[in-house]
Amino acid sequence: MSTLFRVTRATLAKDLRLEWRSKDAFNAMLFFALLVVVIFSFSFEPTAEEARRIAGGLIWVAVLFSTIVALNQAWARELRHQVLDAYRVSPAPANALFLGKTVGNFLFVLAVELLMAPLFIVFYNLRALGPSHQMLYVLALGTWALVVNGTFFAAISLRTRSREVMLPLILFPISIPAVLAMVSATTTILTGEGSARLALTFLAVYDVVFTTVSLLLFESVLHAE
Amino acid sequence: MNHLNLAYAATWLIHIAYLAYLAVKFAPLKREIEELRKK
Amino acid sequence: MKSPLPILALLTGALLSFGLYQARVAAPTEQTMGDIQRIFYYHVPSAWVAFLCFTANVLFSIHYLVRRSAKVDALAVSTAEVGVVFCTVVLVTGPLWAKPVWGIWWTWDARLTSTLVLWLIYVSYLVLRRFSTGSQKPVLAAVLAVFGFVDVIFVYMSIRWFRTQHPQPVIGGGEGSGIHPDMLFALLANFAAFLAFALLVVWVRYRLERIRHSLDEFHALAAVRAPEEARSR
Repeated sequence: MSTLFRVTRATLAKDLRLEWRSKDAFNAMLFFALLVVVIFSFSFEPTAEEARRIAGGLIWVAVLFSTIVALNQAWARELRHQVLDAYRVSPAPANALFLGKTVGNFLFVLAVELLMAPLFIVFYNLRALGPSHQMLYVLALGTWALVVNGTFFAAISLRTRSREVMLPLILFPISIPAVLAMVSATTTILTGEGSARLALTFLAVYDVVFTTVSLLLFESVLHAE
Repeated sequence: MNHLNLAYAATWLIHIAYLAYLAVKFAPLKREIEELRKK
Repeated sequence: MKSPLPILALLTGALLSFGLYQARVAAPTEQTMGDIQRIFYYHVPSAWVAFLCFTANVLFSIHYLVRRSAKVDALAVSTAEVGVVFCTVVLVTGPLWAKPVWGIWWTWDARLTSTLVLWLIYVSYLVLRRFSTGSQKPVLAAVLAVFGFVDVIFVYMSIRWFRTQHPQPVIGGGEGSGIHPDMLFALLANFAAFLAFALLVVWVRYRLERIRHSLDEFHALAAVRAPEEARSR
């Protein structure tokens, strides 16, 4: 168990360090997210009331697109330097690689969201009528939901042609329930109508189930030649 | 054509389309087997 | 070796014809909807067959992940393809029925959305198989099938709980409202007919897959042997 933790932390540290030095992925994601926010703001001119109802959907669509951009090159670095082959022959547990990657992606996407959120608030003049601290839970649980499946399917689409198309194609249907829950929770918090507790619980269960399934099956995917 | 007949026709069209697709995709296999049998 | 295929095909054809007769002639006309309701006899059995195919696919996929048998993988791809065909029928006949009866082509209720997502997942399954390079394509596809199966359960629940703003038309009027025995018979007759048809097509597809597999193996072996033949001459 401690090996798992150590290797995960090592993988994560390596990714964070590499990314910090080049900031390739991060800049791409941030710019893309910015574009999406601005384009959406242009296209819709909602009243304050309308804004609270639709902002949830818009935010999460923007996050979904940005996440795909990030995930598309999530394994690119590993592919370039035959790291995956090295990993296959090493005694390190496959799940450690997966967890390290997933947590890394999670932190990146979360960082982009936290930078994007103020922009959304400004462009749409948003003011939450419900308990706004709950948004942190929505962000955390929702982002993990997208990233855990996204990292897994990014690994699957590594060995396919047109992998940039395969990833969203496979990821989107699987993510639908999570996106629905996220949007519902966000809208509930913004409009202050009802409680987001059901949606948050649903997201938590979704996260647990799909993280477990991913951990169980990642070894098979890693060793798939 | 009313919706009812359209629905039934669509059903059979879809099934026939799939069978046709199978026939086209696997015809070369039959040919290959025949050629190999001759050798 | 005599193939049972022609006889089974004939039998299936007979069943389907009987089903068609039941659906269009023998079954009584529905009171409120009228003739259009007869789409029900094709729409519902197709849905049941599609779900059975996809369930079979998930079971074969799990079996493959444990045992790695090529035959099981052939069964997996066969059931997936036939399932997609029947699911397409469901998604096409559904709106054709809904429009005249409820005035809308589509609604995002739990059942319809789950069916659409199921279709999307299995189309992506087939695309993954098509676009996969490398010999481990069956493993990746099997993994996707497992994810998809878990997901559909979540989709159904998420729509039930998070999409209740719009009034939901009750679709599938046959359940719960006490179906007329003659209608039930027509429904079951068509279910038996389409199930037989599905089994037949799955079997044909399975055989074709096995033939292709054998041919590939043959060519691979021939390529290995060929250098030796050249040397012995």
